[in-house]
Amino acid sequence: MSVLLEVKNLKKYFKVPAGTLHAVDDVSFKLEEKKTLGVVGESGCGKSTLGRTLIHLIPPTSGEIWFEGENITTVKKKKLHELRRNMQMIFQDPFSSLNPRMSVSQAIAEPLKIYGTEKSKADIDRKVRETMDTVGLASRLADSYPHELDGGRRQRIGIARALALKPKFIVCDEPVSALDVSIQAQILNLLQDLQDELGFTYIFITHDLSVVRHISDEICVMYLGKVVEYSPAKELFERRYHPYTQALLSAIPIPSIDVERHRIILNGEITSPINPKPGCRFAPRCNVAKDICFKETPELKEISPCHFCACHFAGVNLDDKNNNRGGI
Amino acid sequence: MAKMMTPAIEKVEKARANKKISSGISPTIAAWHRLRRNKAAMISGAIILVFVVFAIFPSQIAPYGFDDQNYSAAFTPPCSEYPLGTDNLGRDILSRIIWGSRMSLIIGIVSVVIGLLFGCVIGAVAAFYGGKVDEVLMRIMDVFLAIPNMLLALAIAASLGTGLGNMLLAIAISNVPRFARIVRSSVLANKGMEFVEAATAIGASNSRLIFRHLLPNSLAPIIVQGTLGIASGILCACGLSFLGLGIQPPTAEWGMMLSSARQYIRGNWWMVTFPGLTIMLNIGCFNLLGDGLRDALDPRLKD
Repeated sequence: MSVLLEVKNLKKYFKVPAGTLHAVDDVSFKLEEKKTLGVVGESGCGKSTLGRTLIHLIPPTSGEIWFEGENITTVKKKKLHELRRNMQMIFQDPFSSLNPRMSVSQAIAEPLKIYGTEKSKADIDRKVRETMDTVGLASRLADSYPHELDGGRRQRIGIARALALKPKFIVCDEPVSALDVSIQAQILNLLQDLQDELGFTYIFITHDLSVVRHISDEICVMYLGKVVEYSPAKELFERRYHPYTQALLSAIPIPSIDVERHRIILNGEITSPINPKPGCRFAPRCNVAKDICFKETPELKEISPCHFCACHFAGVNLDDKNNNRGGI
Repeated sequence: MAKMMTPAIEKVEKARANKKISSGISPTIAAWHRLRRNKAAMISGAIILVFVVFAIFPSQIAPYGFDDQNYSAAFTPPCSEYPLGTDNLGRDILSRIIWGSRMSLIIGIVSVVIGLLFGCVIGAVAAFYGGKVDEVLMRIMDVFLAIPNMLLALAIAASLGTGLGNMLLAIAISNVPRFARIVRSSVLANKGMEFVEAATAIGASNSRLIFRHLLPNSLAPIIVQGTLGIASGILCACGLSFLGLGIQPPTAEWGMMLSSARQYIRGNWWMVTFPGLTIMLNIGCFNLLGDGLRDALDPRLKD
């Protein structure tokens, strides 16, 4: 499998009155074709910013983004226009991400019109119906407006719009978090079916761990703009090194009354991402933090094959008691 | 999608096929349905429509021409022959009011259209690009806003000379900053919406973003302000004509009719009353229609 997307030391800082906000700080990863990378983290950890930076909705501060073996960190307008054909995004809120004045067919036809892939009106119309069919929207809804439809159908419009141009890479920014659980499953299955049929590569941003487990090949756990753990999905649910990941995974509810759960409760709140101090960002809330954690920033190291973790004590203090607390 | 068809669904599908059930109610149509329930606005709209008909076919509707003089009938009070009386030159006031609606409506509507064209572009560009562009454009608009509308129109009319064209220009220019501000705030509010980001992600160009995604969603306050702007435009035109800086005689114009009737106000009440009432009726109707439109288009009142 060839590498579709590679990110090297990507940083995105925002200047705010109080200083510099480190939204995405030194993120690197590789994503192979037709794979799904799940990005997990709590609110405000920079996962959405990461997604938006990757498809150039916001320019990165520094670092490199390589797409299909090409450096696309800084591209001209024309090149960016070409790139966007292959990089699309599915948004979190199916209510605000659709133009209220465009009917379903207009919304899906918009990318086709922008890129002029179909010549005649009839061709566009046919393509729109095809795409609606692919995402499971009945063709009688073509003239409906978003406010007439429910959340699941709106999200299908958003998906149809993203895949109308048959892109290679799609950033899914919490595409199911605004939906009912029953609809969530439908949309997730749809996304997986589409990946199997059309060979999409996904970056799946979410805070829902059961979702990420269901859909991802690889998982990257973020905390305050930093990647703290990065590993194949299966591996992560078996073994985790970072105290944050351990706490995070211990929060997954277990649908059984017999299993004893060990929740790791984190104290305090997420620290401010504005002008962060050197040292591990998780240290103030960590239950195994030592002096070194407040002084030196831990590097992302390969602890076991393909499993990376940024913790001074990863692998060192691998105490089994802590690691099994998740109980999954 | 499953192709399960219960009898009820089948019925709906058939009705849809026969276009009996309208699938797809656009926000515009929904707003129209809401507006139709507002009696005051609908009556105002009807009255405005009557004046629009007057403005289009004055020669067919008016009993006399706008400058048909009958000296023997000068200063006739309202009677069966002259329903609203005649003026000092024996011209029928009803006919002049009907002919005058053409001038007033042209001025009101055209000045708003010109004002909106410039206002929309300036406001949308300022909001979309932000930063220095926004600062410069809005400070220029502030300069215009600092001068009262009427005074600005007066100054432009006085320096460029009288006449329909100059008056249109004067009123349009004084409209621009108001519209620009409204469009700017409306576009700013929409700019942060996710659907604009989504449109950027599917590769829409800046002009497509502004004209296809941002402006159509910012239309509601623009339509309302435009309607109110027509009212103030008519008033402004009447004011200018009253002062002798607008339309010149013998063209019929409501403000000018008032102005020339001023000296006969003592003995001939009908000469000022009817043009005055006409102006009031029109301004009132446009304002009520504007209010109705605001209620109909305001998404917060959406049912």
